[in-house]
Amino acid sequence: MKRIFLFVFSLLFLGLTVSIASAQSQQPVTDDQVNAVAKQLYCPVCENIPLDVCPTQACAEWRDLIRSKLADGWTAAQIKTYFAQQYGDRVLAEPPTRGLNWLVYILPPIAILAGVYLLFRAFKAWSQPAAQAEATLSGQAGFETPSSTTTSPDGKPDAQANAQYIARLEEELKKL
Amino acid sequence: MVANFGYGALLITFLLAIYGVFAAVYGARSDKPAWVESARLAMLLTFPLITVAALSLIYLLVNGHYEVEFVSSVTSSSMPIYLRITALWGGQSGSLVFWAWLMSAFATAVTLRKWERDREFLPWVIMVSLVTLGFFLILILFFENPFSRLWASSAGNVVKAMFQPAGMTLYSPGDGRGLNPLLRHPGMIIHPPMLYLGFVSFVIPFAFAIAALITGRTDDRWIRITRRWTLVAWLFLSLGLVLGMRWAYDVLGWGGFWGWDPVEIAAFMPWLTGTAFLHSVMIQEKRGMLKRWNMVLIILTYALVIFGTFLTRSGVLSSVHAFAQSAIGPLFFGFIGITFVASLSLLLRRWDSLKSETQMTSVLSREAFFLLNNLLFMGILIVCFWGVIFPLISELVTGQKVTVGPPFYQRATAPLFAGLLLLMGVAPLAAWRHSTAKTLGKAMWKPFLFSLLIPILAFALGLRSWPALLGFWLAAFVASVTLYEFWRGAMARHRKSGENFFAALINLIGRNRRRYGGYVIHLGVVFMAIGIIGISLFQTETQGTITQGQSLYLDGYTMTFKDLAEFDTPDGRMVTRAVVDVSKNGKTLAELHPRRDYYIESQQPMTIPGVRSTIEDDFYVLLVDWQPISSTGATFKIYHNPLVNWLWLGGFIFILGTLIAAWPDKDPEEAREKVRRTSLAGARV
Repeated sequence: MKRIFLFVFSLLFLGLTVSIASAQSQQPVTDDQVNAVAKQLYCPVCENIPLDVCPTQACAEWRDLIRSKLADGWTAAQIKTYFAQQYGDRVLAEPPTRGLNWLVYILPPIAILAGVYLLFRAFKAWSQPAAQAEATLSGQAGFETPSSTTTSPDGKPDAQANAQYIARLEEELKKL
Repeated sequence: MVANFGYGALLITFLLAIYGVFAAVYGARSDKPAWVESARLAMLLTFPLITVAALSLIYLLVNGHYEVEFVSSVTSSSMPIYLRITALWGGQSGSLVFWAWLMSAFATAVTLRKWERDREFLPWVIMVSLVTLGFFLILILFFENPFSRLWASSAGNVVKAMFQPAGMTLYSPGDGRGLNPLLRHPGMIIHPPMLYLGFVSFVIPFAFAIAALITGRTDDRWIRITRRWTLVAWLFLSLGLVLGMRWAYDVLGWGGFWGWDPVEIAAFMPWLTGTAFLHSVMIQEKRGMLKRWNMVLIILTYALVIFGTFLTRSGVLSSVHAFAQSAIGPLFFGFIGITFVASLSLLLRRWDSLKSETQMTSVLSREAFFLLNNLLFMGILIVCFWGVIFPLISELVTGQKVTVGPPFYQRATAPLFAGLLLLMGVAPLAAWRHSTAKTLGKAMWKPFLFSLLIPILAFALGLRSWPALLGFWLAAFVASVTLYEFWRGAMARHRKSGENFFAALINLIGRNRRRYGGYVIHLGVVFMAIGIIGISLFQTETQGTITQGQSLYLDGYTMTFKDLAEFDTPDGRMVTRAVVDVSKNGKTLAELHPRRDYYIESQQPMTIPGVRSTIEDDFYVLLVDWQPISSTGATFKIYHNPLVNWLWLGGFIFILGTLIAAWPDKDPEEAREKVRRTSLAGARV
């Protein structure tokens, strides 16, 4: 008897919880909730216009569709999938990561890394003869090596650095 | 009559351009200067001739000659005169005439320069300029003719043709369809000419580059000649881009300024290569390096200029079908392909003579940092180009259309832009030829420590967004380094020559306008970066339907709906205008009037925001929808855009810096002569 009572009580409690939850979900969906989803979608008929700002009547209807789906408890991801199935992948702000679309994500980093590699190799190639050239040049009188800024004989590195800065500035201005 | 006259002027210009190309090439090949001079005079005539054509078209637009199809498609009797004039670039065929007009102005200007020292470049500069101009004239004359008229048959069929078809009479629709409302904004009136000026003026450095390749005079002379042309081109292109952003912010009604639309990107791409070029030519000038790379950059810029011109007006890249149906699409691509391949083959021919004169001696030298800067600009270009092209490739291969939208570009370019900011802070402190970590660190530590104060302060004030803290630190770092450079230079002069600080500063800038103009541009970029960080990371929005007297709330602001009125205007608009109050902490800050203009002729709506702007933020209100007049409800969308005005302020500083850098110097020859004379006179005394 006690068990039956507990079972009925649990059922009643569960029913109450579900009905409270469903009453809560019946609250009207706000414009901001609709826009948060619409922002991630593109107008299926216009070119490159996000659905949240598209002024056409068709887009207003699509926003209403999002509203009703949200009211039915759909998540943003489910709504996006639904739109992509209905109107094609072009409604998504980015191509879905499958098939040929991988290229859109992979190619730019590969190209940039190739650029980094080329630059790295060039720097490496340049630095070898440069080291030799420096070894030769540093022996010549009057050649300004940056290391000299730190070993000022008069103990005033700032004054020395400043003089060198002026010299460099003047040299650059003269070249113009 | 006037249409025939304009068309005739264009036809003569076209014939003259063909003649000019042949005369220039023949004169150069057979060493007959008279032929080259004749070609020069031909090029000189292109501007007055296209001016006649453009003025004819403007005459037709202003006087409402609706029998001309272009006139009826972009103007209407209710439009004011200034809009009818600017309607010249309101449609594809008219904007091609406008492009050719500007191009001829630059071509004519280049013929008038002093050519004594660079005579061998002249025929090839003429050839490149006239081939480019001739291509646009082909498009206008044979494919997109703005002078075509409407003709009606007795059965009532209306056709478009330049000359009277048999059995048909001239047909005038009585009134035109009017200019696209989006193009009636002041921003759109100035923005396309600036962009086009930027586009066409990049043709001149390209022409000199090709001349250098053909003649084999591959020293840096072509770069020195075109230095100012390039800066002017870059100035106009930058102005065009900034004005375009402002137009989008004011007119498109989505609370932003840059939507990563293919048309925007098309205008941005030549700017990217142009900016990389502006930096890397300095390496060639100072160190005799990167000669090949500079050629590649200017060739790319030219190709992207033509690509951008094509894309900004036609929109055909929106789909493969639109492209295939467009008569000029394949022609444009053919032209870009031919000129690109021809330029690259010329480059390959001269590959050996374009060897660097010196080697890179340090990975921490300024030239090394400039190279990194080029890498980042090219990285952004790759992302942009691939993002624009990929939807077409996808459609071609799989038949499936896809959208490559802002999240892709933002994610891919944000670290590259951050890298550019970092370089902008480090590179000015590195010396040409040689820098060590020690010297660089020594030059950098003061501005570095100072710049840390900004993110620390922001953190203390409650900012917890790491990207924002990093962005603000980078902006502060560039600003500190740049201001420190001004201070150091001026102080050095002040100590050496005894000038007062401000005189020293002005003289410093005056003696090296390119360098310090460049630093002012960097400061402009800092301001722009702050604005972009503000709106990108902290923009908030809300939307709601309220009745009169009710309010919406966003970020501490309260917007109260006061009134709504609907009325017609004499220029053919049906206006719905709301009145709202904006307040904060109980204090009314502004009354705004967001509205929706409905253009009756073209049946197009336009949403004009009501904006309250301060240096701190923008409160941006859109009227999205409203109930019939009996009811009083209306839907508003509000954006809160923090720091966005720093972007526009940065735009001004940016342009100011470019003007400082591009301002004409005295003729260097003349200046040298003056110095020589003064020293001789001194010696005599």
